[in-house]
Amino acid sequence: MKTLVVAEHLNGQLTAATLSVIRAALELKQEIVILVLGHGCEPIAKEAALLRGVTQVWWSDAVYYQHLTPADFAEFIKPYQNEFHYVLASASSLGKTLIPFLAAKLSASPLAEVLKIVDPHTFVRGLYAGHVLATLSVTGSAILMTVQHTAFEPIDVETHASPALLVQKTPGPAVAKSRFMLLKSTPSTRPELASAKVVLSGGRGLQSADHFKLLDDLALKLGAAVGASRAAVDAGFIGNEYQIGQTGKVVAPNLYMAFGISGAIQHIAGILGSKVIVAINKDKEAPIFEVADYGLVADLFEVIPELSQALEQGNKR
Amino acid sequence: MTSQPTLKCIVAVKRVVDPNIKVQVKADQSGPDIEHLKMAMNPFDEIALQEAVNLKEKGCIQEIIAVTMGSLACQDILRAALARGADSAWLIETPEVFPALAAAQCLQALVIKEQADLVFLGKQAIDDDCHQTAAMLASLLEWPLADAVSEVQWFSDRREFEVTVETDQGLELWCLATPCVLAADLRLNIPAFLSLPQIIKAKTKPLTILPIAELVSLNLKTAVTLLQVEPPLRRKAGVLVGSVAELLDKLRNEAKVLP
Repeated sequence: MKTLVVAEHLNGQLTAATLSVIRAALELKQEIVILVLGHGCEPIAKEAALLRGVTQVWWSDAVYYQHLTPADFAEFIKPYQNEFHYVLASASSLGKTLIPFLAAKLSASPLAEVLKIVDPHTFVRGLYAGHVLATLSVTGSAILMTVQHTAFEPIDVETHASPALLVQKTPGPAVAKSRFMLLKSTPSTRPELASAKVVLSGGRGLQSADHFKLLDDLALKLGAAVGASRAAVDAGFIGNEYQIGQTGKVVAPNLYMAFGISGAIQHIAGILGSKVIVAINKDKEAPIFEVADYGLVADLFEVIPELSQALEQGNKR
Repeated sequence: MTSQPTLKCIVAVKRVVDPNIKVQVKADQSGPDIEHLKMAMNPFDEIALQEAVNLKEKGCIQEIIAVTMGSLACQDILRAALARGADSAWLIETPEVFPALAAAQCLQALVIKEQADLVFLGKQAIDDDCHQTAAMLASLLEWPLADAVSEVQWFSDRREFEVTVETDQGLELWCLATPCVLAADLRLNIPAFLSLPQIIKAKTKPLTILPIAELVSLNLKTAVTLLQVEPPLRRKAGVLVGSVAELLDKLRNEAKVLP
């Protein structure tokens, strides 16, 4: 039996989250098959074949895999579904639909957002916005799961002396009764949140979309990604793809700096894995200070320019 | 002129701990300690229901059926759903431990029984945070799915929805044929406050209780057993710094997260 890892790729490259899923897959102690579905995805498959620990890379190219639907994914897997004991994907917006969709076809109960693999049949995942960690024993012929990528270190991209077997597969039939029309948001030029080492995050305290530019400038100086609380996204200051928390993205950078974020439990759920948390807020009672390693009770509109200036001077030295 | 027939919609709602409560672990670590806590309708489901009500007002939906699965205690959120605008409600009586796959199979049976052509539900429940039921239901029914929907537009002439979904890459516009499954995200709408007349009217609407065995026989091939629960590692109490200079010093020299 084998483990299937559903790869995700963006702009011609495997995502960092996929490299974390492979790390999780290694802990299951079975042969690993990476699946790359896409359009013009052969170079990505070749790149994946060089990863250490990977036995095979299956790839399939179809125009309709460009915006992959769970229906077309499940249809592709159908002929092979009995070959795999485990199927893993990252807990991304795509993975969260592919895994349960396929699981239902197999009458299997999937696991969502796995945080730890205790052994190949015992897993840990969060409940109640991560305030309760549950250890689950799972038995069955098919075990499917999404993996919380921040909980697993991405595997190193090092060249494998003997590359994995590269297998081109015929696409499954296009069965989806939904069709992609367009991307409404403008593609971001900001660094990817999921893999950033430093994240600067803004809340309602930033007061407007314009003020997020202050964070952008500071982020540029630190090579940081920008994130936001739900309150800031709801207020229209910044796009939903920047939302961090229980219902948004989960991040675990070395340094997380929260500007004007009060710290609702749903937001804290998304940042608990961060190495160092800094909170900057005018309100000294804000719950964010309870989880922060360093707190600064101050007006962020004074702090941001001061930080910016200090970093500039530091860089010149 | 004959008007296009409109949709029969099932809205699935779940009874969960009030989202403002921070849930703790039981002393014996056998599970989350949720006894005596205030319960509420899962916020995502509330949004899904509100959208169904809005679509009914626009003439897209002709009938809204609310459904939940669980114990008899769940009648309270079904009454709330009826007050919000559902026309009738089903309580499918189930055992306490009830995985998302079982919920999806149960909903599939109800969709067939009711001959519904639209299912609206929240993208995830805030208790187990599984985010699975909508995708599993769409899979079982072989219907298209839109997950994390933040805008819905109905085109009655071609009987299709155009929906905006929230993804990791941003907002995407998708077109879905009916019948379909729509899973609501937070920004779809803001649920209206309930008025007293609505609550009183809800008391007279039909609410049917059905033991699950009379609806569907479940097919679950994975056994998932909860072994124990524990609280997450608590972060050590931090320190307050007095200035930006002190903060930078700490980040550089103590935490060593900045060069």
